[in-house]
Amino acid sequence: MSEPAYDADKTVDARGAACPGPLMDLIGAIKSADSGDIVQLLSDNEQSTTDVPEWAEESGNDLLELVETDDGYEFYVEKA
Amino acid sequence: MSEEIVIVGAGTGGSVLANDLAERLATEIDDGDVHVTLVNDGPDHVYKPVWLYVPFGKRESADGRRPLSELVDDRVDLRIDRVTDIDTDAKRIEHRDGTGPTEYDHLVLATGSTLAPEEVPGLAEAGYNFYSEDGAEALREQLLSFTDGHLVLSVVGTPHMCPAAPLEFVFMADAWFRERGLRDDVEITYTYPVNRVHGNPNIAEWARPKMDERDIGVETFFNAEEVDPEAQVISSMEGTDLEYDLLVDIPPHRGVDLIEEAGLGDRGWVEVDKHTLEAEHAENVYALGDTASTGVPNAGSVAHYQAGVVGQRLASHIRGYPATETYDGKTLCFIETGMDEASFVEFDYENPPSPAPPSEKLHWSKLAYNEAYWLTARGLL
Ligand SMILES: Cc1cc2nc3c(=O)[nH]c(=O)nc-3n(C[C@H](O)[C@H](O)[C@H](O)COP(=O)(O)OP(=O)(O)OC[C@H]3O[C@@H](n4cnc5c(N)ncnc54)[C@H](O)[C@@H]3O)c2cc1C
Repeated sequence: MSEPAYDADKTVDARGAACPGPLMDLIGAIKSADSGDIVQLLSDNEQSTTDVPEWAEESGNDLLELVETDDGYEFYVEKA
Repeated sequence: MSEEIVIVGAGTGGSVLANDLAERLATEIDDGDVHVTLVNDGPDHVYKPVWLYVPFGKRESADGRRPLSELVDDRVDLRIDRVTDIDTDAKRIEHRDGTGPTEYDHLVLATGSTLAPEEVPGLAEAGYNFYSEDGAEALREQLLSFTDGHLVLSVVGTPHMCPAAPLEFVFMADAWFRERGLRDDVEITYTYPVNRVHGNPNIAEWARPKMDERDIGVETFFNAEEVDPEAQVISSMEGTDLEYDLLVDIPPHRGVDLIEEAGLGDRGWVEVDKHTLEAEHAENVYALGDTASTGVPNAGSVAHYQAGVVGQRLASHIRGYPATETYDGKTLCFIETGMDEASFVEFDYENPPSPAPPSEKLHWSKLAYNEAYWLTARGLL
């Protein structure tokens, strides 16, 4: 695994979950986060690479980075 | 000393498993080598799919209840009690009324889902749902007298029981209002949390054109954040406000707190190996049905198949053989697409769903299955 790109306030490990599980887990974490918090989502579901950026755009939260790792993807989303 | 198997929850999964074990291990139970206890917090078995029909006045919620004592094999020790604590290190459980064994050799959790509308402010006061007996009856009061206005069906959280049911409800409502000549006066909107109308892309692709054809409005990426019961507005995290006259919601779901307190998984869902159904965080503990976090839908058919797998694995352990049966993600669902037509899907971990063309025959198959279900619960089908 690469070095984490950001210092996340919260990590959601949704590896192994079928969609829409990972996005729903992220939404749940963002819901309970404070404005400015960074949530890291770990997912190995390819669908997340389109679902998460689209949702971030729609909801006005900021997808800071999407990192591809050996066992999936890491998303860093900052709550608006 | 006999081996103690305790099953917690006598819904679809727990009842089918108890009857399966009664048959598989009949000799061992009769010889006193194995003791099977089934604990449920009420005296009745509840068949939830009936609730979909209650709001339309097509079924009574009482049709979905039967005494467990009639359904469960006599070889099973049935206890009407609530399990209040699990200590997986000591292999001990506590019951509210103190009946039932306090120690187990094998524990199976089949405690299902609970509704958590309170997680969204205003939802419990403002929304109606057909996901409980009382809810379905209260919604019937509203729906039978609803002749014009905006009906919003909002899927507030996933996972939830029966992922097809929200689609079924709007398809049925559309057909029902049409039949009664009221459809022009009733606007229907369906909301879903992700960017399509169903979590599974194949089912979403199949359903979306049907919703467009029938003039069912769709709001995707709609994660309900709060409801204002006075103003009759539901607002999403994504910044959309929807005014409604009748709000039907699929509330957030949780498992039971006891599971989280026992360290078996978040939000009351047990983390399991999705093939063996063994708990990830404890030895000799299985979970099945809604409470097992496998990523497949929370459906009765899933609980039924998983019960067969756990039954075989437990019997193997008890007889000292390697357990070979595994769960492959098999799910079956009938999907009502109107008042007199339905589709059908079958899928598993490897094979995605491909919904069958809707037909009257499939609708009758769904209704026939609802009747035959009682044979499933008794372990006969
Ligand atoms: C409206 C609706 C329509 C549906 N339609 C379909 C359908 O068409 N097809 C389909 O396959 N599925 C359908 N389902 C889903 C299906 O009903 C559930 O997935 C299924 O009941 C899950 O079975 P289970 O054994 O996991 O849990 P349940 O059947 O919910 O049983 C859990 C049991 O555990 C008991 N319990 C909980 N905690 C404790 C405790 N601490 N101590 C003792 N007992 C406890 C509960 O009281 C309950 O009896 C539908 C659901 C709804 C709500």
